[in-house]
Amino acid sequence: MSTFTSPAGAAKGIGSARNKNQEKSGKRAPESRADGQSGDSTVDSGTGLPVLGWPTGRTDRYIGKAGAEIMLQMLVEHGVTDAFGYPGGAILPTFDQLYKKQINFILVRHEQGAGHMADGYARATGKPGIVIVTSGPGATNTVTPLATAYMDSIPMIVFSGQVRTYMIGNDAFQEADVTGITRPVTKRNYLVKNVHDLPRIINEAFIIATTGRPGPVLIDLPVDVTTSRVEQAIDDTPYLPGYKLYRTGHSRMIKQAMEVINRAERPVLYVGGGAILSDAWKEVRDLAATANIPCTTTLLGVGAFDEHDPRSLHMLGMHGSAYANYAVQESDCLIAVGARFDDRVTGNLKLFAPKAKIIHVDIDPSSISKNVKVDVPVVGDAKLCLAEMIELAEAKPRQAWFEQIASWKRQFPFSYRNDSELPKPQAIIETINQVTEGKAYFTTGVGQHQMWVAQFIRWRFPRSMITSGGLGTMGYGLPAAIGAQVGRPNDLVIDIDGDASYIMTAMELATIRQFNLPVKVAILNNRFQGMVRQWQQLFYGGRFSNSEMVNPDFAAMAESFGIRGMRCGRKEDVRKTVEAMIQHPGPCVVDFLCETAENVYPMVPSGKGLHEMELGLLASAPPNSGRELGSLA
Amino acid sequence: MRHVITALVMNEPGVLAHVANMFSARGFNIDSLVVGRTEDPQLSRMTIVVVADDRTLDQVRKQLAKIVTVVKVRDYRDTPFVSRDLMLVKLSASPRTRSEIIELASLFRGHVLDVGHNSLTVELSGEEDKLDAFIDLVRPYGIRELARTGMIAMARGGHAMSLVGEDGDGTSASAPSGTVPPLAQAGGRPVRAAAGRMPTQEELEATPPG
Ligand SMILES: Cc1cc2nc3c(=O)[nH]c(=O)nc-3n(C[C@H](O)[C@H](O)[C@H](O)COP(=O)(O)OP(=O)(O)OC[C@H]3O[C@@H](n4cnc5c(N)ncnc54)[C@H](O)[C@@H]3O)c2cc1C
Ligand SMILES: Cc1ncc(C[n+]2csc(CCOP(=O)(O)OP(=O)(O)O)c2C)c(N)n1
Ligand SMILES: [Mg+2]
Repeated sequence: MSTFTSPAGAAKGIGSARNKNQEKSGKRAPESRADGQSGDSTVDSGTGLPVLGWPTGRTDRYIGKAGAEIMLQMLVEHGVTDAFGYPGGAILPTFDQLYKKQINFILVRHEQGAGHMADGYARATGKPGIVIVTSGPGATNTVTPLATAYMDSIPMIVFSGQVRTYMIGNDAFQEADVTGITRPVTKRNYLVKNVHDLPRIINEAFIIATTGRPGPVLIDLPVDVTTSRVEQAIDDTPYLPGYKLYRTGHSRMIKQAMEVINRAERPVLYVGGGAILSDAWKEVRDLAATANIPCTTTLLGVGAFDEHDPRSLHMLGMHGSAYANYAVQESDCLIAVGARFDDRVTGNLKLFAPKAKIIHVDIDPSSISKNVKVDVPVVGDAKLCLAEMIELAEAKPRQAWFEQIASWKRQFPFSYRNDSELPKPQAIIETINQVTEGKAYFTTGVGQHQMWVAQFIRWRFPRSMITSGGLGTMGYGLPAAIGAQVGRPNDLVIDIDGDASYIMTAMELATIRQFNLPVKVAILNNRFQGMVRQWQQLFYGGRFSNSEMVNPDFAAMAESFGIRGMRCGRKEDVRKTVEAMIQHPGPCVVDFLCETAENVYPMVPSGKGLHEMELGLLASAPPNSGRELGSLA
Repeated sequence: MRHVITALVMNEPGVLAHVANMFSARGFNIDSLVVGRTEDPQLSRMTIVVVADDRTLDQVRKQLAKIVTVVKVRDYRDTPFVSRDLMLVKLSASPRTRSEIIELASLFRGHVLDVGHNSLTVELSGEEDKLDAFIDLVRPYGIRELARTGMIAMARGGHAMSLVGEDGDGTSASAPSGTVPPLAQAGGRPVRAAAGRMPTQEELEATPPG
């Protein structure tokens, strides 16, 4: 088998036919290229080719340029303004180009950090995150971020250095089979063997990473590809004959879906990360309002629906609200939008939504009927499909249904007792919610704190929750916050982290310092891997095997990096500490000492149905013991 | 149930590894997998025999179609098709048994490719059952070496699976599902990861209450 360049004239698929404009080649206007920001890029209706903003095709504009130079030029043309990474021998030609400062480059402390930063950047902005690292260990350090982004469908492009093409396979210094290692965790990856293929591959990478169901792409760049020059006219037309984009849903399916919805007495909207990716929050809002349907969101979908709306059921699933889970189990029509029926959401599949007809709007056909048999599939982009569905929606009072939901909400709010010596982690999050009014980008690590963030922030803004859902990557919070801050320099970015998660990537404090990023970090320090402790307490007879942490003084540690550090361990200080953290103009790390022996509830034990969740304190809570959600609204 | 799937894939390094890896990562069972060239030098054709129920088969086909380097996928659940498997088998053969074996081989429309002092190599092609039957019959003579290519398959009738031909992508066959017109026909802008921004307070306030 061998690589090949795009042939002329083959039909169908992206780039298989030429853009007509290319013939009058010479003149190009790269500066008009769509940057993913505007979302106004178009498709050539004749060829199905996404128009990149200027014509592609055979061109002499790369002649005389070396691979690294072409790469930087194309990044700029594709609207890239920021990138993250770390140098090394095999990628030095590219770093030499970065010296020109055409793009803002963030030098990290560990390549894993670069990957999560690019991911956080992408989640906060919708633009693809860009990573540039060296061969061997530099590239392998990006595997966890690639897997994280792949699981959550996040657009990202990693450029890794590679040994010279003629050395590949010889166990050369810092050689690793990076395309082999990353194949299962990328949407597509490439080993560029000839500089003449590079422009086409970069064009393809941007299309693949950002369109359809987004995902990470890796491009492996041997040193001789980045250093050798293009000598002839080459064709940079993307060639993707096997790549299909789904946009508008099938009208028959949409009609069928709306017939089921309009007939339903107890419908529930179940909205996931796909609604955020497709920027469909307005359509979700309008469908819920027009058809009068309550709406729950997944961990990755929070923010796609305003939680101040009385129709909001907040998050569902293993640690979701009791009222969302009961509503799903009782519903006669479940409308999934850009959500993938993850096992953390469904609990025992055999017991999931037993009475419901299931409608699934998703851009990826392989998501349909993967875990749960779907009755009405609508394959397409959430925003476009919902817009058509709204047209057919009928308003229904559904009074009994909303009354039932209101009664569950009164009976089983998220709650806790703030009765320990140290503040409860939930109280700290609630305070952050009150002080910020939810107007911030929040990142998290993985564990109990992550679930409490989902439960106790009142989500109102799409993209404001930045968390590793599918892979559950501890150490994600701090670098993701850095990435979000780079993408959103004027907005408040807060990493609400666990002590154990935080220290996995805490070296990136040095990056924060070097680039003066005003990231805030609130560590919910329970001196434990709390989530592990909870499982050991509940399912392993209280044998806390290797889950207790002896931590450094996080405030002093931050100060040693030149970052403002604070510590808070008294309930009465929580509010003013949160205010001080947010008012501090620069970066700030707060070590919130909080109660250890606190568990996340509700909790659906594994193997159980959603309605069989353990409510913990909720069931017996006297009305004033915890805060009701209403008080947050 | 055994099912046959064919896929046209881009002829480039890593595609076979990707497909094989996808099968193992998702716990699908491959019975056989054959890759070879096609009429188009840029495309290879894979024929995969999987053991799966109908729902798993749907997933296999969709997961294959999802791989960017896989161009087309189809299965033959509801389509009549022809299939062939090719076998080379080296048998122990004494001067006494040689003619018997040759006779058996010709009954099966096999060819003798090589004759040694005490061996005989037979080439046989056909449907898998036929090859199995032959193996059963000759086993008593002593099988020294056996190699089979695995099954290749093609639909009966005029339908052709090629880049420009009939569409056999993983979704159209799955039918009830929203088979949507390919982008080329749909026109309009491609679905990019949307560039987000926080809605302004006014936009949120504009949410109709209740
Ligand atoms: C400790 C822990 C506990 C967890 N507990 C919970 C929990 O209680 N509740 C919970 O919900 N999650 C929980 N999760 C997260 C969970 O593991 C999954 O990550 C999450 O539920 C998946 O969210 P999603 O279904 O929205 O899918 P995503 O992973 O966001 O997938 C997006 C879906 O949308 C589709 N899509 C993409 N783009 C578009 C588009 N433009 N148009 C239409 N569709 C599109 C994709 O094909 C995909 O099917 C937990 C995670 C951890 C680490
Ligand atoms: C990289 C990684 N290793 C291990 C795990 C398993 N794990 C999930 S939650 C958790 C504990 C997290 O502790 P902490 O960050 O302190 O959060 P807490 O639960 O205490 O809020 C662990 C070890 C993981 N998700 N990621
Ligand atoms: Mg902890």
